[in-house]
Amino acid sequence: MKALDRKLLRDLWSLKTQALSIALVIACGIGGFIASFSTHDSLSWSRDHYYDNARLPHVFASVKRAPATLADKIREIPGVSEVETRVVRDTQLDVPGIVQPIIARLIGHDFEHPPGMNRLALTGGRWPAPGARGEAVVNERFMEARSLDIGIEVHVLLNGKRERLRIVGTVLSPEYIYATRGGGMPDDEWFAVMWADERSLAAAFDMEGAFNSVLLRLARGASQDAAVAALDRLLEPYGTYGGVGREDQASHKIVTQEIEQQRVTGTILPAVFLLVAAFILNVVLHRQVNAQRGDIAALKALGYDDRAIAWHYLQLTSAIVALGVALGVALGYRLGLALTGLYTDFFHFPEFRFRLLPWVVIVGALSALAAGYGGALAAIRGVLRLRAAEALRPPAPAQFRPLLIERLGYAKLVSPAQRMILRNLERRPIRAMLTVAGVVGSVAILLSGTFWKDAVDHFIDVQFNEVQRANVSLAFVEPVARSVAWEIERLPGVEQVEISRIIPVRLSVGARSYRTALTGLSDGARLQRIVNAELEEAHPASGGVVLTTRLAERLRVAPGDILQIEMLEGKRIRTEARLAGMVRELAGMNAYMRLDELNALAREGPVVSGAGLRVDPANEAKLLARLKEMPGVAVVIVNRTLLETFAETSARNLLFFTAILTAFAATIAVGVVYNNARIQLSERAWELASLRVLGMTRGEVSVLLLGELAIEIAIAIPLGFIAGFWLSALIVALTHPEVFEIPLIILPDTYLFAGAAVVAAGVVSALIVRNRIDNLDLVAVLKTRE
Amino acid sequence: MNAYSDQGPVFVARGITKVYRMGEVEVHALRGVDLEVRAGEFIVLLGASGSGKSTLLNILGGLDTPTAGDVRFLDHELTDADESGLTRYRREHVGFVFQFYNLIPSLTARENVALVTDIAEQPMPPEEALEWVGLGERLDHFPSQLSGGEQQRVAIARAIAKRPQVLLCDEPTGALDYETGKLVLEVIAKTNAELGTTAIVITHNAAIAAIADRVLRLANGRIAGEERPERKLTPAEISW
Repeated sequence: MKALDRKLLRDLWSLKTQALSIALVIACGIGGFIASFSTHDSLSWSRDHYYDNARLPHVFASVKRAPATLADKIREIPGVSEVETRVVRDTQLDVPGIVQPIIARLIGHDFEHPPGMNRLALTGGRWPAPGARGEAVVNERFMEARSLDIGIEVHVLLNGKRERLRIVGTVLSPEYIYATRGGGMPDDEWFAVMWADERSLAAAFDMEGAFNSVLLRLARGASQDAAVAALDRLLEPYGTYGGVGREDQASHKIVTQEIEQQRVTGTILPAVFLLVAAFILNVVLHRQVNAQRGDIAALKALGYDDRAIAWHYLQLTSAIVALGVALGVALGYRLGLALTGLYTDFFHFPEFRFRLLPWVVIVGALSALAAGYGGALAAIRGVLRLRAAEALRPPAPAQFRPLLIERLGYAKLVSPAQRMILRNLERRPIRAMLTVAGVVGSVAILLSGTFWKDAVDHFIDVQFNEVQRANVSLAFVEPVARSVAWEIERLPGVEQVEISRIIPVRLSVGARSYRTALTGLSDGARLQRIVNAELEEAHPASGGVVLTTRLAERLRVAPGDILQIEMLEGKRIRTEARLAGMVRELAGMNAYMRLDELNALAREGPVVSGAGLRVDPANEAKLLARLKEMPGVAVVIVNRTLLETFAETSARNLLFFTAILTAFAATIAVGVVYNNARIQLSERAWELASLRVLGMTRGEVSVLLLGELAIEIAIAIPLGFIAGFWLSALIVALTHPEVFEIPLIILPDTYLFAGAAVVAAGVVSALIVRNRIDNLDLVAVLKTRE
Repeated sequence: MNAYSDQGPVFVARGITKVYRMGEVEVHALRGVDLEVRAGEFIVLLGASGSGKSTLLNILGGLDTPTAGDVRFLDHELTDADESGLTRYRREHVGFVFQFYNLIPSLTARENVALVTDIAEQPMPPEEALEWVGLGERLDHFPSQLSGGEQQRVAIARAIAKRPQVLLCDEPTGALDYETGKLVLEVIAKTNAELGTTAIVITHNAAIAAIADRVLRLANGRIAGEERPERKLTPAEISW
């Protein structure tokens, strides 16, 4: 081993704690990067692989009732390679022991000759016997969420008749990776997808020789838009809601959004970590190089050239970065594995696969190395400029000058000790700024990771306490007269009833269109309100439609513009209306009208299709039992239970991220504060030891050193709050889900937590350094020059 | 005149031994030193490097404790004191002057002195201390704006401002040229003579011994010789 290499090893050893803390910051950056990208990659692969194997359709369409013979015509559409028609119907599900109603989606299935697409995978039990009435398989997630056992008997409402069904097996379907009725929230407990024999189901629903759902697979290279348009034309006489591609399919949309989210967090946060690591590396190496001026001069005098010396210090950097990358890859691998597992479980992909692509590791390692070298080279450049003789001399005494406040004549305000602290800060503004920047970074990361809880809480609060204030929502099988309100009001526990008319529509302006529902609300609706992001209540303006701002932007319309409206039920009326106003709602792509105007637009009498109920909790069970017996009620939703499910799911995922990000941010904070304190200590050990000799206590001397760090942290925390707010805003902007808005709400407690965590990291660093201050060598300072 | 001359000894040291472990080697820095220092005395410690003079000074100054033997300062037993006791002792009774001045670069001359007067019980004002060492005109200069001799005089002002009973100087002229060195010695001698502060000065420069009341020669961790100069010279009268 060459002598210079020995020096390298010894330098590394003497810097071990500092090197480790820098390596840990790098490891967090690399770890986050690798975890996010490998999770993204693994989940994308699992999803695509699953779609291919299970043959997910390319186009999905619903129709009211079309004759089975239409399938042949659909098959002739250019580009269509396979067609599948089936019967699908949502109905009420009654599970023994559960009072609240559950929605079941019943799907007709030929178990003898299973269709070529949407292949089901049996995960438990058995398939129903071909042609068997009264047997069904159900999606695994529902059974798990409800802790039900295979073999259980449930009741469904088939065309107003209660029928018994035995669950004989559990399945996975690519169409329902994420089971939701379209609300964008996980709905495993309240929404069951069931497959039963197609013939018995068709008989039960009066759908023999007919279908109401059609699926297409397209040939490679076929135009999806053209196929959808042709399909819509064929289905139109039979009342279609129109065909959609995978991109608009509820389950696929949510799965993809979740996976893409990984990419956002996988780029922003690691960039911040690596930047901070570069800062610290720069400062530490600067100090290290300066402390070794004499050695460098000697090396130069001995004939080592600049390149060899620079390489020597770059090796030091490389070693630290290599340690960081190694730890980061290990951390990223573990974290990626855990995240992929969490999501695979969440999405119920049939196959778990985790892969770490080499390019992810290489990109991560190279960016860390670039960050490290960037910091190191800046420090090395300064020393290489020195001539050997110059480097042999001790550096010139540090220049100080009076503080600004002293120059202004307020010298009396600060004690000599405070002046020392302040002048040190003032003399090295860049370093102070780097320290502040590092701490700002960790506060910001902490905030951007923890604000989600506030955002979700706020979202839930707004949706369920401001917008949807009904405890129970009903949807009727067919539109009924408004007088139904009187009937419902007489049911047990009902305190207030509000009726509404909801019509599925396609809104279009020019070539742009969007499928949604037009909701007609009565004047002064209190249980279902239109509330904007600022929690101000809006009302449907008369003489037109009010749209969620998001939807208006998507259609590119402004108030006063005319909207084409195609109603997707009943007489399928095509009409138009003026955009009367916009409201910035947090969730949904909604369209509202006044109830009477909507009835008029639909050329119908004063009818309604749903109701919101305020219910006395004590009588809720009795009410729900009564509702189950009412054949005219298609859907019953208990809003509280929906809220609980949503809160539970989001809390579990958020806790995981918060814990990881808090650990990361604390690592950064310790890395920055500890390294700074160590550098300060090594630079000022002589000065501090002198003061100890002069009779200052350990505490007094510690204040001189740590006071500077305390000031830096004190400056950094409020700046970190601001930076954290904007970092969160950036993540929100980049995430932007299609149909809702993540409210940028950060509560004081969250700020407090971020600030406290960083202060705690600072205190821990200070305590470690304090231990070194206590052990300063007082005798040495009498004899040595700095 | 000397305020303490009629009192008993300030330091009484009996059989001080100091053994350091340097890696695997035991270094006997002091091998049983007995010493009494009377109040107001001006003592010069002479010796080659490694003779033990710095170890002795460090023990008297409360920076180090002996391995065996005991040291008393007036009624304080230094041998038994813990770290905070030693800190208090240094703070209240001892003024240190270092070879390399050890001024705080971020503080002006006045503030360097104030740093000590702030924590002392009955200090002289920093301005008075600096006036005493002849730097009344350079109160607001930073160390980087002062010459070596001036920096050392600030260090002396800092040491005496708290009115210590003893002034311990480790090679105070070691880093200075001839003229400046003499100036610094004059300040130390003046402090000893006019304020009655007991002064112990380490040097390897034998010429300086002539300004002391008593000269102790150290060799191999023992006091090898003790002299009282016939006539105590002033710093101006000596040369080297």
